[in-house]
Amino acid sequence: MSSSLVRVLLHRAAVARVTLAPHQTLRKTSALSRCGSVLHRQIRGINTFTLPLRTEEKVTINFVNRDGKKISVTALTGNSILDVVVDQNLDFDGFGACEGTLACSTCHVILEEDVYKKLGSISDEEMDMLDLAYGLTDTSRLGCQVCLRKDLEGMLLRVPETVADARVDSQQESST
Amino acid sequence: MDIVGVLVLLLVCVFTAADGWRGLSSASSPRVCVVGGGPAGFYTAQQLLKARQDALVDIYERLPVPFGLVRFGVAPDHPEVKNVINTFTQTAHHERCSFHGNVNVGRDVSVEELRQAYHAVVLSNGAEANRPMGIPGENLSGVFAAKDFVGWYNGIPANKELCPDLSCETAVILGQGNVALDVARILLSPLDMLKATDITQHALNALAGSGVRRVLIVGRRGPLQIACTIKELRELGNLPNTRPELLLGDLEGIEETLKDLPRPRKRLTELLLKAVNGGDNKAEKSWSFRFCRSPVEVLAGADGKRAAGIRLALNKLEGSGENVRAVPTDQLEDVNCGLIISSIGYKSILIDPAVPFDPRRSVVPNDMGRVQDAPGLYCSGWVKRGPTGVIATTMNDSFDTAHVILQDMESGLLDLSIKKPGAQAISGLLQTRGVRTVLFSEWEKINAEEERRGKPHGKPREKLLDVEEMLQIAWSSRIMDILTFLVLLLVCVFTAADGVRTVLFSEWEKINAEEERRGKPHGKPREKLLDVEEMLQIGWS
Repeated sequence: MSSSLVRVLLHRAAVARVTLAPHQTLRKTSALSRCGSVLHRQIRGINTFTLPLRTEEKVTINFVNRDGKKISVTALTGNSILDVVVDQNLDFDGFGACEGTLACSTCHVILEEDVYKKLGSISDEEMDMLDLAYGLTDTSRLGCQVCLRKDLEGMLLRVPETVADARVDSQQESST
Repeated sequence: MDIVGVLVLLLVCVFTAADGWRGLSSASSPRVCVVGGGPAGFYTAQQLLKARQDALVDIYERLPVPFGLVRFGVAPDHPEVKNVINTFTQTAHHERCSFHGNVNVGRDVSVEELRQAYHAVVLSNGAEANRPMGIPGENLSGVFAAKDFVGWYNGIPANKELCPDLSCETAVILGQGNVALDVARILLSPLDMLKATDITQHALNALAGSGVRRVLIVGRRGPLQIACTIKELRELGNLPNTRPELLLGDLEGIEETLKDLPRPRKRLTELLLKAVNGGDNKAEKSWSFRFCRSPVEVLAGADGKRAAGIRLALNKLEGSGENVRAVPTDQLEDVNCGLIISSIGYKSILIDPAVPFDPRRSVVPNDMGRVQDAPGLYCSGWVKRGPTGVIATTMNDSFDTAHVILQDMESGLLDLSIKKPGAQAISGLLQTRGVRTVLFSEWEKINAEEERRGKPHGKPREKLLDVEEMLQIAWSSRIMDILTFLVLLLVCVFTAADGVRTVLFSEWEKINAEEERRGKPHGKPREKLLDVEEMLQIGWS
């Protein structure tokens, strides 16, 4: 009896540790690898201390969830859209399955045209993944590849629906 | 201080454990079981657990190890895709979810027994068989199903002794989907690109001595119908010391059609056209697509046992776009090759004769995941819609099935007023049949052992290939765990008494944070602390 109790305790302790881990790693990898240049700019900004206001780096962004509900959040520049969704625990089913490593299209968001244009060029690798996204539009982006900047204040992002009948099923025999 | 820490940990554990027990003992909880611990199973479970705070979900898996094709299908050089395992692990740790590995549903326990024990049963057992080519010579040595070949380099226990002979120069892959391209890439990749992946060591050794220099990827339809996705094609194009060897004639006239194609197909075709004109002529290895060709016969060598070539029929295409049909002509073409890998698709198998099954499409007949004429029985993933699509496809598909189950619970189609025994009843049955399950915490022992074995080789893990060995590690003495715990406790007590104070990992994290802070102004990832005293001061601050 006591031995099984200790086992349960050990197991629970392991659970407590592991459940924290993914989010932490997720934040790190995506922020550093994708938004690296922005981070550096941010660091220099802090260093010169010309504007001590932290609010300078805050932007408000608005999501429209699959059910049409609008969610407004405040986030720091330099973070990716995926970082924001993870950090703020936004409940978008299946968002960011590959944790920001450009290996899936589950963080697909649809932007407004002017914002889309403002963000500039997109890498081939991101386009490759977007090609697999459901409900692909001309202003689609992957959330893990869009870094927040001050000039994106008030941007509107639509999280597309993933209904079964909207699916184009090609003959892909794929496991990857 | 250390003892206090341990006590706090103990208290936390007791509380969370009590929480778990409370969850398990609730009387009217809907109990759902999922057959298959791959992506379809885990994503279905995830959605059910999230949407219903009272649902209890048990996942049954045939192997002692979870994650299905994420572990055994995804190419070893695509570790990013395997990040989904983190989410699956969170699901498995969920207090209302249990994983039961080493249970072969259909043999150890019947689907009917599961239906008796649960309010709903979800079939998520995937597609584990390969579609045969159905041509003479298919069974000659040197001919492999892609499923087995992938299983060989990805560590499927059943494929560990495949030992493909890689001494030939030309390999032919039949099929132009992502699996075909994965296999081509593994055959052509420089060893350096593979040796730090979780590829099996025996495959790595065989590839080190491989003589394969040329890979032909054969499809029955044309360049506008290739089934791979663009990422895989781009990777093939980027392989070092390897050039594309496409036939210009094959792609003639395609440029004009580009503008009318949907974006994904258009970009894929553009990349293909780029490959025709690109490539390093000095490269020692090559890959190529061969279009409009169907296999007719595997040609045997002089000994009559080994494959020495393949006879292909040239097809003409009828129709247009994605619906083009390939119609064989009487024109034939022989290609010399010593390795033939058939990658024309996976198919699901019937795991239990009581389950409705469509043998023609090799899927469970269903309406949005509700299995036909079987109330309380559902399906998700490849067994539901056939073996196509990427992980995101299976994710959405599984979420859809979960939503349908939730709907049926709401509408009363699933009668939740009937109390179901769930895992308790099934565990009892399994026990009487001499089947011992592998719990998720026991898989974690296997996981730790695999990671330990991979370390000396710079690999994320060295997969265990033997089911018996997996079980042995999974069930390794529980007493050892308790002893380890006690020893740890004693060490804490002793070091405290001895005047030696340890630095806990959380304390190292303080040092870590300080180092990163100091590195920042210089644009460095960290400025390492050089003084032990200073480290201790910060650690214990």
